[in-house]
Amino acid sequence: MATTPTEAASSGTMPQLDFATFPNQIFWLIVTLVVIYLVLSRVALPRIAGILAERRGTIAGDLAAAQELKGRAVDAENAYQNALTRARAEAAKIIAATKADIQKDLDAAIAKADVQIAAKAAESEKAIAEIKAGAVDAVAEVARSTAGELVAALGGKADASAITAAVSARLKG
Amino acid sequence: MEQFGIHPLFGGDTLHWYTPSNVTLWMAIATLAAIALFVLGTARRSIIPGRAQGIAEILYTFVHDMVVDTAGHDAVRFFPYVMTLFTFILMSNYLGLIPGGFTSTSHIAVTAIMALAVFLTVTVLGFVLNGASFLGLFWVSSAPLVLRPVLAVIELMSYFVRPMSHSIRLAGNMMAGHTVISVFATFGFYALISPLSVIGIVAMYGFEVLVCGIQAYVFAILTCVYLRDALHPHH
Repeated sequence: MATTPTEAASSGTMPQLDFATFPNQIFWLIVTLVVIYLVLSRVALPRIAGILAERRGTIAGDLAAAQELKGRAVDAENAYQNALTRARAEAAKIIAATKADIQKDLDAAIAKADVQIAAKAAESEKAIAEIKAGAVDAVAEVARSTAGELVAALGGKADASAITAAVSARLKG
Repeated sequence: MEQFGIHPLFGGDTLHWYTPSNVTLWMAIATLAAIALFVLGTARRSIIPGRAQGIAEILYTFVHDMVVDTAGHDAVRFFPYVMTLFTFILMSNYLGLIPGGFTSTSHIAVTAIMALAVFLTVTVLGFVLNGASFLGLFWVSSAPLVLRPVLAVIELMSYFVRPMSHSIRLAGNMMAGHTVISVFATFGFYALISPLSVIGIVAMYGFEVLVCGIQAYVFAILTCVYLRDALHPHH
């Protein structure tokens, strides 16, 4: 195994085909590969796998937390919408009740006013009727006296009962 | 060709199998680089990675996904082996690009041992996991019956050529790239064409940066493809 490899290299042949150097290369290659393998498999690869798993866990946790927060936001919005709807319904109910109240008051007031108007109208009618009757009597009176005067003026003898009968007949007429 | 030469690190002419050589030095540097990236780089275990941890994580997920996608989920137990090969080849390739550096992976002895290790692992694993039915890998049941013996011979040959192509592809690529650069560099001695030489070296160096990564990837993914044959020979 003790050889002088430099001779082969300097003599122009390829050092790759200098078989005298093979045992040396192979020995150190095996040592190197074993060291790298031990370092990677014992330390580096488990550590990197741990880092990646931890990162995946963190990201998954963050996503889950974000999802949960989003769910809570949606819940809050729903609650808000519900409250809003309920408030609207309440308001509509109050408006309807108030409207009904007002309508009732209005109806009562109108009815009362109608009654009052009717009473006033009846009273007025009665007054008008009285006035009318008074007027008819007055007309009859005036007619009687005018007729009496006319009869007297024409030189006749005014018979009060005959005149009254004649006026009454004419007024009916 | 001197750049590929192997010599004892601490003087002397004799190279025993245990003599620390420039191979030892550059393989040790590759190991230290791997430790720096994968152990020191991830020491802080931060949720938001820094540069070194980011690179380490990218390489980890890259190789991990490659193993799972190519060789299947049950191949995850071989992930550390594939990662070891990938890391060593990647580090050696890129360290070789340092001027004055030595490229361990440009030596057929190195790549052949790795390819043979993969070949033996796949073959032994194939027979251990599947028994004699592992031979079904060579019996193409989807082909017409007449063709099957012919295909079996071809499949068998290609199976045994695998470690050769696997190892020579890597060593050849690395050696060729470095040789072309050194040839361009030799032209740099002549003043008239030295600008061309510089341009050539720069272009070739850029190309080599690409090749270094790709060859590490190719070696690793071929390892995964072969592992799939051992795990699922009936495809």
